Amino acid sequence: MTFAIETKAIGGRLVGDRFGAAAELVALPVLAVVVALIVFGGFVALFGVNPLDLYGYMYRGAFGTFFSWQNTLTRAAPLILTALCTALPAQLGMVVIGGEGALVMGGLCATAAGLAVLGAPPLIVQLVMAIAGMLAGGLWIAFAGALRHYRGVNETISTLLLNYIAIAILNHLVEGAMRDPASLNKPSSYSIGDQNMIGLIPWLGVHWGILFGVIAAVLAYLLVFHTTFGLGARISGGNLRAAKVVGLPVGKLVLAMCFLGGACAGLAGMVEIAAVQERANANMAAGYGYTGILVAFLARQNPLACIPVAILLGGIGASGGLLQRRLGLPDASVLVLQGIIFIAVLASDTFYGRFKIFQTNSA
Amino acid sequence: MADASSLGFWVVPIAVLGGAVRVSTPFLFVSLGECLTERSGRINLGLEGTLVMSAMVGYGVSYLSGSPWLGVLAAGITGAILGGVHAVICGLQRVNDIAVGIALMLFGIGLAFYLGKPLIQPKANILPAIDFGWWSTIPQLHDALKINVLFLIGVVLAPALVWALKSTRWGLILRTAGESADAARAMGYSVNRIRLRATMTGGFLAGVGGSFLSLYYPGNWNEGLSSGQGITAVALVIFARWNPMLCFWTSLLFGGAAALGPALQSVQITWGYHLFGAAPYFLTLAIMIITCSPKRTLVGAPAELSITK
Amino acid sequence: MNFDRISRRTLLGGTAAVALAGTLPARIARAADFTVGFIYVGSRDDYGYNQAHAQGAAAVKKMAGVKVTEEENVPETDAVEKTMESMINLDGSTLLFPTSFGYFDPHILRLAPKYPNVRFEHAAGLWVPAMPKNIGSYFGYIDEAQYVNGIVAGRMTKTNKLGFVAAKPIPQVLRNINAFTLAAISVNPKITTQVIFTGDWSMPVKEAEATQSIVNAGADVITMHVDGPKTVVETASRRGAFVCGYHCNQAALAPNNYLTGAEWDWEDLYPKFVTMAMKGETIPNFYRGGYKEGLVKSSPYGAMVPDAVRKEADAAKGALMSGDFVIYKGGLKDNKGNTVIPAGAGLVQTDIKLESMGYLVEGVIGSTS
Repeated sequence: MTFAIETKAIGGRLVGDRFGAAAELVALPVLAVVVALIVFGGFVALFGVNPLDLYGYMYRGAFGTFFSWQNTLTRAAPLILTALCTALPAQLGMVVIGGEGALVMGGLCATAAGLAVLGAPPLIVQLVMAIAGMLAGGLWIAFAGALRHYRGVNETISTLLLNYIAIAILNHLVEGAMRDPASLNKPSSYSIGDQNMIGLIPWLGVHWGILFGVIAAVLAYLLVFHTTFGLGARISGGNLRAAKVVGLPVGKLVLAMCFLGGACAGLAGMVEIAAVQERANANMAAGYGYTGILVAFLARQNPLACIPVAILLGGIGASGGLLQRRLGLPDASVLVLQGIIFIAVLASDTFYGRFKIFQTNSA
Repeated sequence: MADASSLGFWVVPIAVLGGAVRVSTPFLFVSLGECLTERSGRINLGLEGTLVMSAMVGYGVSYLSGSPWLGVLAAGITGAILGGVHAVICGLQRVNDIAVGIALMLFGIGLAFYLGKPLIQPKANILPAIDFGWWSTIPQLHDALKINVLFLIGVVLAPALVWALKSTRWGLILRTAGESADAARAMGYSVNRIRLRATMTGGFLAGVGGSFLSLYYPGNWNEGLSSGQGITAVALVIFARWNPMLCFWTSLLFGGAAALGPALQSVQITWGYHLFGAAPYFLTLAIMIITCSPKRTLVGAPAELSITK
Repeated sequence: MNFDRISRRTLLGGTAAVALAGTLPARIARAADFTVGFIYVGSRDDYGYNQAHAQGAAAVKKMAGVKVTEEENVPETDAVEKTMESMINLDGSTLLFPTSFGYFDPHILRLAPKYPNVRFEHAAGLWVPAMPKNIGSYFGYIDEAQYVNGIVAGRMTKTNKLGFVAAKPIPQVLRNINAFTLAAISVNPKITTQVIFTGDWSMPVKEAEATQSIVNAGADVITMHVDGPKTVVETASRRGAFVCGYHCNQAALAPNNYLTGAEWDWEDLYPKFVTMAMKGETIPNFYRGGYKEGLVKSSPYGAMVPDAVRKEADAAKGALMSGDFVIYKGGLKDNKGNTVIPAGAGLVQTDIKLESMGYLVEGVIGSTS
């Protein structure tokens, strides 16, 4: 086995034939997902479930009816934003897994800020909440970026620890200083009020978070692939030494990317409050941050690809209920399938450039 | 029974001591296993999944066979298999070991919950404890000194690993793979094979740690069983500077920290138990901030490790 | 227990779903079936809160012409809204039992106006007349059963110290701690109850550590209020302490240490509600009850409970059954010395003030913050 190829992995691929490479970039993960679905079908067959039933119900639960689409998109909304928390710093070669913590801090600060300006017109309250949420989430991850750059602290471990710390702070505050005494058996902050909720997209019946996610993903894509800033980040991610030689401000890039990623997760936290929960409580830590990591890796850290991948995973989540109710499969089926897909897609990384079909068109 | 109130605040250190011994064992085994894996140059973040999956398997085997020791063995083997999967996938070109770890964490937890549903209700035989506190007339101390054999194995294992890594041929090869894959290859060793063995051994140890959760303390199987001990143990290895003996002391520290919150409540210190619960995470982060430096890699860090490069 | 449960359940599911993928839409529940959906926040065999509800669901399953669908581990986020809507839209459910407290506000409150023909029956939520009429709130005064636990515990303790492992300092939990303590003090004024909060509903290692701390502090009878009491029951009995159960009957987990337990009894209520819904009768929007209404019960006494204690406990149960017994009497003081119920103004069980209890009574060692 050879090991030297690692460095030229991503850069080298796009140089040759762009069409073949792009086709490969889409085809391989799709193939991996198909393989994972077949493996999962075989797995449930061991327990006496007909895989065809499985696929039928999964399709029905995720995409089969208008309601299923609503279900899927609702679940996908926070995932796009939390995925960006991993995907943006990943341009610099960093593995950030702190989306959960950034989401929690974002939601918490958005609530606090919203409550502080409660009397203002709804649009102002919502804006203040969004800004506070993005700032809080952004600073939370930028802190990890700063630790990485100035102290050499590994960002994977620090963001992991920050997740636990954020959840502890959340619980401490909503059961103490921020608690609404009327939130009897579910300790929560005061409500931001019905009038300040951002509501649903009228014709779709899904909350506005999905649109925020799509816009954020498109902006992130433009930033990464169509600006000098993004190019600088990608150069630094590919080769840190080269980046320093050409004089890129690596520290600023690290801080900025971490801040932007965290801000996206923070916005997801704000949306969770302003579109779903109305008040901050322990329900904010629902694992969207962790699923976001999965989305980012399946999207190969490409911000734009985070959208369809989040919808795919939202669909798997949406179909989970039907699998429980119709096929008697445990709720953990969703986790098992996600795990298999994740492993398959990662393992498929090794096949880049190995299939002749993608190379035949090249000159 | 001695009057509890006469102990006063001594209840706290005794509880922390007992908690350290009770709660630390999974930390100890996972961190020793992860220590081995990381010294070979690879990080396995999937040990949380390994821990949960092997806790379930260990409990199931103990329930079906009636022998908890068979359960421990089965848990270890499960861990080794998951470690093997990690190593094989990471052995492929261009595959990121951190991502594979996260994937296996998800997969291990999911599979454990999936297969473990029928095991939530049954009561399996659990591991016995050895009574080291028979001499004490203070019941609290007596009970803190009821110690499980697995903990004792861990106590022996930590220095044994220090010695093995330092002084055996096997340890030298493993460390070489961790410090410089090229050097290991130049000597004619397959780096992949070395890391496969290290990750499988690490998985085995983590699996044994998982069996401690389900077969001794708390001693049952349910879906909330781990609450992050596996992933904490990975952070703990960095805290312990890849030194098995330090892993041992750090595990005791983290275990004691888990007992601190309830013990403080029992002597009327009731403020902020959520924050006390997160104390190990604050502590690890603080230590990392204090001891890391951008100019050099961490003392003791294997040079091939992706998280320190 | 049912090691073959998965395969059996999947078999049943499989026969219900013989149709192939393409013909699925035609197989929404047949009109002849009345479909009822149950949603649990945790695992339905947790020996605790969720299992109690699942036992009620199992009783509904036995009814003719009723189809039951269940989902477990549904978080209190918009996921539960989608689960409810999925049960309505894809299963044709017209009666739902979302059983976790956190499902109520905002999730059920948001969905109920959208589906006026669906009945939402929620455990423990505080329904007020301004809320949609298709929401029902039911709950049991399980503090009555904790009161009986307290009588037994107060008689069985040798150290005069009881222990209570609790999740969070919320009204439901505080009410249980207080009832348990008041009962114990009524039979033995020297008693104190040590309470430790673990901070969350399902944290086995913390629950085990909390139990250890309580036993170390000298308590020899332990009860609890967490979602799955299994860990506390087993840990306490391994330390040689007696246990009073909660939610379900945990006697099988500690046969030599289990004194009695405070249990929910949903197995009568749920079929009753389903029958009413099928007949088109109106289920009351606000329904509460204790021993008398059959919503709570006590586990059978363990063999170690002497006859005299059983009689005393049975007498307390009888008094609660008759409906004129007041647990929270006038002149009640909290453990900081404040009078929380003025003299002569005792609160009867139905008093809504009790559902927002925020104090621990005199005799409890612990704090709500």
